[in-house]
Amino acid sequence: MPADGVLGRLRAAAAGGGPDNPDPVRVADAHDTIAGVPARYVAAPRDTAQAAALLRAAADLDLAVTVRGGGTRQDWGSPPRRLDLILDTTALAGVVEHAAGDLITVVRAGTRLDELAATLAGARQQLALDAPLPGGTIGGAVATNASGPRRMLYGTARDLLIGVTLVRADGVVAHAGGKVVKNVAGYDLAKLVTGAYGTLGLVTECAFRLHPLPAAAAYVTRRVGDAAEAGRLAGTVRAAQLAPAALEVDAPAGGGAAVTVLLEGTPAGVAARAEATRRLLGADATASDEAPDGWGRYPWRGGDIGLKLTAALSGVPGLLADARAAADRHALPLALRGSAGVGVLHAGVPGTADPERVGCLVDALRAATAAVAGHAVVLTAPPAVRDRVDLWGPVDGLALMRRVKQRFDPDARLAPGRFVGGI
Amino acid sequence: MSTTTTDLAALGAALRAAIGADRVISDRQELRTYECDGLAQYKVVPALVALPVDAAQCAAVVRACVAAGVPFVARGSGTGLSGGALPHADGVLIVTSRMRDILEVAPADERAVVQPGVINLAVSRAANPHGWYYAPDPSSQQICSIGGNVAENSGGAHCLKYGFTTNHVTGVELVTPDGDLVRLGGRAPDAPGYDLLGAFVGSEGTLGIATEVTVRLTRLPESVRTLLAAFESTDQAGAATSAIIAAGVVPAAVEMMDALAISAAEAAVHCGYPAGAGAVLIVELDGPEPEVAAQFDQVERLCRDNRAFEIRIAVDDAERALFWKGRKSAFAAVGRISPDYIVQDGVIPRTALPEVLRRIGELSAERGIRVANVFHAGDGNLHPLVLFDASVDGQTERAEEVSGAILDLCVRHGGSITGEHGVGMDKAKYMPRMFTDDDLDTMQLLRCAFDPAGLANPGKVFPTPRLCGEVPGRRKGVHPAQEAGLAEVF
Repeated sequence: MPADGVLGRLRAAAAGGGPDNPDPVRVADAHDTIAGVPARYVAAPRDTAQAAALLRAAADLDLAVTVRGGGTRQDWGSPPRRLDLILDTTALAGVVEHAAGDLITVVRAGTRLDELAATLAGARQQLALDAPLPGGTIGGAVATNASGPRRMLYGTARDLLIGVTLVRADGVVAHAGGKVVKNVAGYDLAKLVTGAYGTLGLVTECAFRLHPLPAAAAYVTRRVGDAAEAGRLAGTVRAAQLAPAALEVDAPAGGGAAVTVLLEGTPAGVAARAEATRRLLGADATASDEAPDGWGRYPWRGGDIGLKLTAALSGVPGLLADARAAADRHALPLALRGSAGVGVLHAGVPGTADPERVGCLVDALRAATAAVAGHAVVLTAPPAVRDRVDLWGPVDGLALMRRVKQRFDPDARLAPGRFVGGI
Repeated sequence: MSTTTTDLAALGAALRAAIGADRVISDRQELRTYECDGLAQYKVVPALVALPVDAAQCAAVVRACVAAGVPFVARGSGTGLSGGALPHADGVLIVTSRMRDILEVAPADERAVVQPGVINLAVSRAANPHGWYYAPDPSSQQICSIGGNVAENSGGAHCLKYGFTTNHVTGVELVTPDGDLVRLGGRAPDAPGYDLLGAFVGSEGTLGIATEVTVRLTRLPESVRTLLAAFESTDQAGAATSAIIAAGVVPAAVEMMDALAISAAEAAVHCGYPAGAGAVLIVELDGPEPEVAAQFDQVERLCRDNRAFEIRIAVDDAERALFWKGRKSAFAAVGRISPDYIVQDGVIPRTALPEVLRRIGELSAERGIRVANVFHAGDGNLHPLVLFDASVDGQTERAEEVSGAILDLCVRHGGSITGEHGVGMDKAKYMPRMFTDDDLDTMQLLRCAFDPAGLANPGKVFPTPRLCGEVPGRRKGVHPAQEAGLAEVF
């Protein structure tokens, strides 16, 4: 079928986008790539029904589809093996419902996290998800299960997402969960699609539990000599009765490290706990109501190599030391930053680093994380590094995961190859 | 599914060979011990009971069932309230109560690793000396097992602040319905790949059997403060609950009882709640002392502002236990004021409480069936106790109608047909009221990925599961494979 024929079929499926979205389907331009792979068409549905019609048409036309939200993580994961159509969720945006009294909201997937935060702040509420990359959307945060410092208190997207609407590869619309926090009816498909990188379906709407915005917050920071010392200090904080919202370490490639504890609560409570934290961390610890530089951001920039390292909590100091030692051994500058309070660290290496040495470092980090029950995943890397390393590393339950993918997307139409084991 | 007596005898022999003769039950009288779980209105005697002592034995039992094409059902302590562990008449009941070792308590990792038969409360008891506990606390926590908690994604009074089982399980080893042993997650967070662990928790035994569970431990709070507030009406108590939440306070628990529930509790355990109360609230705050102190004053004031006529503040653990005693005994206590009752479990958005409680009152009056309300007000998880006398003609049916109508109310208000007890056998028929055929078909895709032969706890959760070989889409009439006798709908 000639290209314009496909375009016509997609446009017919979308059946006009209405005045605010007049032509939801277009031919892709040079910017419409996913991890370097060019697409042929872009469609921007404005609601679930239109998205379903487009996915049905894509199935009929045998088009491979990858979803794009804010585009902040399009270079994460492996490049799609096949790509015809980008489903752009930027028109699929907006708050469907905010029931302040019930502390829940229902939002469309393309809604930007910062815009949602501004809306909810009006009711002194929040969706307690950090946004490490500005401009990211709800759908993107869910698809990658990305997390930031406050996961220590509030959990991650998988914990806050209580209901989901998704469109399957065959265009069928399905719901799971609902609008109440306590709900055990049926399978928790919201968890299944969280962190699935869009390989099981297009998430169009999400219901989240919300939290009140804290009346007060304080960041207590102590600078120390190295990453491992920061890790040990973090362990001391965990053992105390401070109930922090976040417990972060930051160990830049240039040396030195810092531990920061975020406390949230009532003004009187936060003041008392901040003082107790300062005493616990040591005399030169400082308290501030402003976040320190780099707070909640990944320790890498566009084009760099970004990794996620996980560990059992008791293994965090050791992992920090091992990671630093491995980087030194391979003469690579490694920046480490992350949630020592939950066992999730992020690591960055300049994109210009020699791929062979990066490969050796990844192997060493895999050994170091495996020793503390964790994993090392390469989230993003330049093509030369992708060619050298397996991004995901060993995955438990991979055979079951393949069977799940096979059931949900038997023709491997959704982001094929982006996920673990080539799923 | 038709399994002959000969087939079952052969399976029994295979199980004895695999796990030892003393761990397989086939005597009819002994089997009757296992004919129901906590929901006694459904009774089915299993064909065989297997009591494996470890994961390898559990896997061997499942493999033997798969080889024989016989369904299997997992059961922990048997305290479930939705018939989730109801046996299959032609199947094997796999009881995990002999797998009850706490393998490790690791406070430095904030984890404990336990076998599925371990009692919920035992985890906290093991962790307490280190300053930690296991937060999910179903009312049956003194007898329910962790394996059952994982299967049902059980909750409890403290879910409001701490979340339920799924938020506290970081890893499982499970026997898949094929008989393979697979590990998902573990001590570290965010294992790469699909969140199959999240999908497995709450799957009610239809995706496999947990043989080892890694749970998150929570630091014992520095401070706990509890108050009991008495109101003239549930509307006032509901308004107080809303005011507390609106003020940005997230209590550890907010529990409500209405007049009938209070009188039942008084008759049973003499908890001494304020006389003449139309509703009582129990509000518990926990956390760092300065936070709790500041918020507790606020909660007390909000209760008074919403016309609480009496407020009691627990001065010590003994008094706190007394407040909770009435609440925790309420389910059993209604047995004293009614020969029979149904414990319903539904969820509504918190703000719908006044309207839904009023409608429940109307339903009760219309049908001549008393309903006592005991519930987790903070998260809208209702537990109406529908009282009836089975010896009176028609009362059982009317009680079931009222019970079902309450679930419809929950769904109509955007809630759920179950907040913590599960769907099991009891509520499978209500699933279509909450989910479309497409929703249910999509859930079946997951089940078929795990259990293509449909042997893991068939007949639970889903009203009419599809054949796993079937192409997704609407079902029309009898499936050709079924008609040809090649396959069966489980």
